[in-house]
Amino acid sequence: MAQGFTSQAARNIFYGGTVFFVLLFAVLIFNTESRIPERSKAADITPAVVRGKHLWETRNCIGCHTLLGEGAYFAPELGNVYKRRGPDFIKAWIKSQPTGTPGRRQMPNFNFSDAQLDDLVEFLKWTNGVDTEKWPPNIEG
Amino acid sequence: MKAMTVKFESQRVSRLYFTAAIGLFVGQIIFGLTLGLQYLIGDLAFPAIPFNIARMVHTNLLIVWLLFGFMGSAYYLIPEEADTELHSPLLAKLLFWVFLVAGAATILGYLLVPYAKLAEWTGNDLLQTMGREFLEQPLPTKVGIVIVALGFLFNISMTVLKGRKTAISLVLLMGLWGLALLFLFSFVNPSNLVRDKMYWWFVVHLWVEGTWELILGALLAFVLVKTTGVDREVIDKWLYLIITMALVTGILGTGHHFYFIGLPGYWSWVGSVFSALEPIPFFMMTLFAFNMVQRRKREHPNQAAVLWAVGTAVMGFLGAGLWGFIHTLSPVNYYTHGSQVTAAHGHLAFYGAYVLVVIAMISYAMPILRGWEAAPKRAQNAEMWSFWIMTIGMAVMVLALTGAGILQVWLQRIPTEGAMSFMATQDQLRFFYWVRVAGGVMFLAGLLTYLASFFIGPAPDESEQTGGRLATA
Repeated sequence: MAQGFTSQAARNIFYGGTVFFVLLFAVLIFNTESRIPERSKAADITPAVVRGKHLWETRNCIGCHTLLGEGAYFAPELGNVYKRRGPDFIKAWIKSQPTGTPGRRQMPNFNFSDAQLDDLVEFLKWTNGVDTEKWPPNIEG
Repeated sequence: MKAMTVKFESQRVSRLYFTAAIGLFVGQIIFGLTLGLQYLIGDLAFPAIPFNIARMVHTNLLIVWLLFGFMGSAYYLIPEEADTELHSPLLAKLLFWVFLVAGAATILGYLLVPYAKLAEWTGNDLLQTMGREFLEQPLPTKVGIVIVALGFLFNISMTVLKGRKTAISLVLLMGLWGLALLFLFSFVNPSNLVRDKMYWWFVVHLWVEGTWELILGALLAFVLVKTTGVDREVIDKWLYLIITMALVTGILGTGHHFYFIGLPGYWSWVGSVFSALEPIPFFMMTLFAFNMVQRRKREHPNQAAVLWAVGTAVMGFLGAGLWGFIHTLSPVNYYTHGSQVTAAHGHLAFYGAYVLVVIAMISYAMPILRGWEAAPKRAQNAEMWSFWIMTIGMAVMVLALTGAGILQVWLQRIPTEGAMSFMATQDQLRFFYWVRVAGGVMFLAGLLTYLASFFIGPAPDESEQTGGRLATA
């Protein structure tokens, strides 16, 4: 550190740098906001999708699974499960839990009604349609 | 062992916070070990404590105890830096109990009530905020966190306003205010998942790779000022440069979470470039710590605190810096996103940067709160042992998880055709998961050693000068 470079100077660099990058970030977020509807096919978000998201959250699915790669790493990725397994498999799978196989990872049974299962599948179907820049690399997620 | 006591009576409230922090830390590790075993024995504790519940307890306890640690550190540090008594020690004690009871009730709620019921009972339908990773807390808990945070910030801000304003206390205040303000995004949960995820990162990323780094820098600088006696002008300059780099790289570095969650492709560039620079502030922290220790003007009797402080700088760089860098570039992250590599990074970064800095603060402050300048030699030895046992245990865990992550990517992600399924891959990772559990057991042993250090008294030849808290200079 050169002589004459004081802690006041360092502080001013901090304030200036922070303000600049906060503003730049805000501009990018503003632009991103305007692109989200098209990239996420927001027009397809039906009331069933919204209800499905609510079920997803209140059963804490993220505590075991990932969704678009975020969450826990204990159980399979579900962002593309609609494509990987299809709607009927998903519903049958959820209904048949837990498997009870000794030593294997267990998923609780959430006692969903048929209407709730439909909502959940609608949510996963919509999620599968989000433009994720071709992630995951293959169908296994 | 020289007798020494706090400069300001009101600093004593920090002891409550430190004690709670360490207690919750133990809880966090016990649940962590449970999770590690559930990876191997899938039906362990099922259906009483399913994996998702144990994980929620593990991560929420981590956040809560670190917050206790930050608040305790602030209550210790701010009066000393401001050179005046805390604005209201009573408010600090009151908020402690509010936070502890709210925290305990939340954890018990997770463990005893099905999550959907908990959501129903706590008014999640009024404002749906639950069920998102790390932000699983029921609405009343979230509101409680805001109230406690505001009361806390009021208390320490008033203290700084009436007293001396140092760089360390200003940086700490900025970090804590930023932490509280960004938490408000936890109330934002749009029904569009893509938008939800974007604002979720405003809390999660801008905490740990933004405002928390200010807190980290301030606490580290405080411990170094006290233990090395280096001139403040030098330390202040370092502190400002470090946090400048932290925010310059960290704010746009948020983009490294925006690659594959439905946001525009330009984030690949923004995120890759800026997050590749994120190790810089952590590297500067390492240089800072070693430099200050080398230029020390005194031999502080609390060598354990110096070890924790230097450990923070080094492990923070390895965990947050290096282990972050290995998977942050977009083309790499395309394969590692959401794999065990992420888990490896998360563990080492939290331990290296935040766990260690809180312990460094506790290690420096606790002896003084108990009436000594430094803990007895034997107690310090136990502390130093605990540092090495915990750190090596963590290193074993992180290397195991990194190995698991690489194999997972190889089997499940890289093949374009005939890739192995998620569960089939998991079966191939069992060796690494066992090694991880072994690392976790070692970590717990280190933590117990740390706990024991508080109960070790002075050796017979060391105790002459002991005056306890009555003999104040």
